[in-house]
Amino acid sequence: MSTAIQVEKLSKIYRLGEIGTGTLSHDLQRWWAGVRGKEDPFLKIGETNKRDSKGNSPVVYSLRDISFSIEEGRTVGIIGRNGAGKSTLLKILSRVTAPTSGSVKIKGRIASLLEVGTGFHPEFTGRENIFLNGAILGMRKKEITRKLDEIIQFSGVERYIDTPVKRYSSGMYVRLAFAVAAHLESEILIVDEVLAVGDAEFQKKCLGRMGEVSKGEGRTVLFVSHNMSAVTQLCQDGILLNNGQVELTGTSASVIQQYFKTGYDNELRPPMENYRSYNNVNSPIKLKDVFIKGSENIIPKLDMNTQPEIRLSLEVIEPIHNANVSITFYNVEGIKVGVAFSWDDGFSLNVSPGMHELKFRLMHTMLSPGVYMVSVGINQSTHTTSWDGIHHYPLFEIENQDNVKQFTHRSWGAVHLNSNFWEVI
Amino acid sequence: MTNRTNNMISDKTVDKWDMVISGKKSMFQLNLKDIWNYRDLLSLLVRRDFVSFYKQTVLGPLWFFIQPFFTTVIFVIIFGNLAGISTDGIPQPLFYMTGVVMWNYFSECLLKTSTVFKDNANVFGKVYFPRLIMPLSIVVSNLIRFGVQLLMLIIVLVWFIVFENYSFNATQYILLLPYLVLIMAVLGLGFGMIISAMTTKYRDLTFLVTFGVQLLMYATPIIYPLSAAPEKYKSLISLNPMSAVIEGVRLGLLGRGEFTWGALLYVSLFSLFILITGMLVFNRVEKSFVDTI
Repeated sequence: MSTAIQVEKLSKIYRLGEIGTGTLSHDLQRWWAGVRGKEDPFLKIGETNKRDSKGNSPVVYSLRDISFSIEEGRTVGIIGRNGAGKSTLLKILSRVTAPTSGSVKIKGRIASLLEVGTGFHPEFTGRENIFLNGAILGMRKKEITRKLDEIIQFSGVERYIDTPVKRYSSGMYVRLAFAVAAHLESEILIVDEVLAVGDAEFQKKCLGRMGEVSKGEGRTVLFVSHNMSAVTQLCQDGILLNNGQVELTGTSASVIQQYFKTGYDNELRPPMENYRSYNNVNSPIKLKDVFIKGSENIIPKLDMNTQPEIRLSLEVIEPIHNANVSITFYNVEGIKVGVAFSWDDGFSLNVSPGMHELKFRLMHTMLSPGVYMVSVGINQSTHTTSWDGIHHYPLFEIENQDNVKQFTHRSWGAVHLNSNFWEVI
Repeated sequence: MTNRTNNMISDKTVDKWDMVISGKKSMFQLNLKDIWNYRDLLSLLVRRDFVSFYKQTVLGPLWFFIQPFFTTVIFVIIFGNLAGISTDGIPQPLFYMTGVVMWNYFSECLLKTSTVFKDNANVFGKVYFPRLIMPLSIVVSNLIRFGVQLLMLIIVLVWFIVFENYSFNATQYILLLPYLVLIMAVLGLGFGMIISAMTTKYRDLTFLVTFGVQLLMYATPIIYPLSAAPEKYKSLISLNPMSAVIEGVRLGLLGRGEFTWGALLYVSLFSLFILITGMLVFNRVEKSFVDTI
C-alpha cells in the first residue's frame, strides 16, 4: 500500500497576546534580523504549548516537529485534549493556513470539512446553497447537478429545498450542509468534529456514511473527534497529539487507551479543570469535583464487587429546580459502559445557592478490570445541553481482586457477566 | 500487460506527490490552473452578490440606478450651479453622470477588494479555495452593476438627444471603452489586493482607504474637466491613472476630453504593474492571514 499523506517535521508557531499594535515593531526587528542574515529573533525561544503553565516566551509551538505518514485507504482518528494541536494540524492539512516549517506531502485530491455549511447564504434556497457550498468545497457544477437528487434525498429536507435557508431550523440546516459534504468526491477526506451538531438519528446516518466512504470507496479519512466511541467505530488507526507533539501512533484502540492514561500520574487524581467540557460562564451551577468517597486524592482501585459511593461537589449560583444529573461511564477503549440517570432513579436536583455535595451509590456492577472515566452533565431537560459538565474524567480503577479466578489474562469485555448454574443435562 | 504492471510498480516506488504543503512562500506561484478549476464558484459568488443585494428590498435592482442618479443631481446642484465649475460645454447631467458611473466602478472594486480578507475571514478560515476567486468575483459582479448603470447613462444620453436638442458627437475613441473599463477593473483589483494584504495586519488602513478614495475622486477629473484644471496641478492630476481613463471615456462618449496615446500607454503600464504587485502581495499573505486577522 502506498502513502497518501506524509507529514515531515511539521511545526506551527503562534504568537501569544494581542496581535496588532505591537506587530510593526516586531516586524521591523524581524526584518532587520533578516537583513543581517540572522535568525528570526522571535522564533528562538519557543516552548511547548502547555496551556496551564505560564511561559515566558511570546510565541508558542502549536505543533512542534511532528512527523507521521498515513497509508492509502486507512481511516485515522486524530485525538488529543483541547490545545493539543488537532485543529492546527487540520487547518494545515486543509490548506487554510500554512505551516511555519516542515512539509506535508499529499497524494490525491483532498477535501476537508472543518465546518458544515461553509459559505451558506441565508437568502439562498436550499437548492442554491447546495450549489454554492459544493462549489466552495471544490465540486464542479456538473458534478453537483449529477448528484443533486441524491444529496437532497440524503439531507431529508426535500420539502423545504426551495425555501431560503434562513427559515430552516438549525437541525435542517446541518442536515443539508452535511449532505453536500458527504457527497464530495476526493481520495482524502478530512473531517473535524462536525457531527457534534444534529440529532442522534442523523449523527448515526453520518457516521454510517463516513464508514461507507472509507471502506467502500477506498478513501483515506482523517477524523478528529472527542467522541471516542465514534473513533473506535470508524477508525482503524489513531494518532494521539499532546502539547503539539505526536505522543503515539498505532491502532485506534491502543491510542485511545493512551489518551485516557495521559493527564494523570499514577494514582493521583488529575485536576478537574482539564476535563471541563462546557465552559458556560453564565451557568447557574458549577461542578467543582467528582470523587469516590474515602479516596479524595487518588484514583482508587476498587474490587469488582464494591458498590462505590460517588460524590459530586456543586457550587450553586442560582436556585436549581428539578434538574437531572447524568453520569456516563466509559472504559479505556472509549466504550460507553452505562449511564446513571438521576431522573430514572426518581431523583431531581433541587438546591439553593451555595456549596452542596451530592452523593449516590453505584449498585450491582461487575465492571471488567481497568480504569473508568466518567462524563458528568447537569441539565434541566434531556434535550438541552448541559449547564456544566466534565468529559472523560478518570474516576476509579476496577481490579480483579478475588472474584474471577480463571482466565486472568483474557480479554474481558466491558462487563463481567454474572453467569451461574452451569450443568450438563 | 507486463508493461502496465511495471508502470504501476514504478509509480509506487517513485513517490509522486500531487501536492506539497509547506511554509515556504513562493512568490511567483500563481496557480492560474487552480483558479480555472474553480470557475463555477466564481459565477456562483457573483450570483450570490446580486441576490443578497436586492433580496427583501421593495425596489430591488432599481437600487442600482438610485445611487448614481441622485449623486448626479447633487453634483449638478452643488458643483454645476452653486460653484459654477465648467463642464467643457457638455450638458451638466451627462458630464457628471459619466464621471460618477465610471468612478463608482473603480471605487467599488477597490473598496470591496480591500476588505476581502476581513469580510471572508470565516469562510477562508474553514475551507481552501484559491483566494483570488473572491476579488475576481467582486470585480465581475461590479462589472454587471456597472453595465446596468451604463445603460442608464445611455438612456439619459438618448433623452438629451431627443428632448434637449443635444447634438450627439461621440468620437471613434468610444471603441476604447471596453479597454478603459478593463483598466479600471485592473486598477481597482490591484490596489484593492495590495491594501487587503496590508489590512490583515494593520487595520488602520481600512479607515484610510475609505476616505482616501473619496479624496482621490477630487484628484480625478470627475466634477471638472482636465482642461479646466489649473496649469500647475494639471501634470499632477495627469499622474493619477484614473484621469486618463475618465477623460478617454468622455472623449469617446461625449466628444470632449484631453486624451493622448501617451497617457493610454502610461495607464496601461501602470495598471499592469499594480496588478502584478497586487497579486504577488496577495499571494504572499493568503497563506497565513488566518492567524493574524
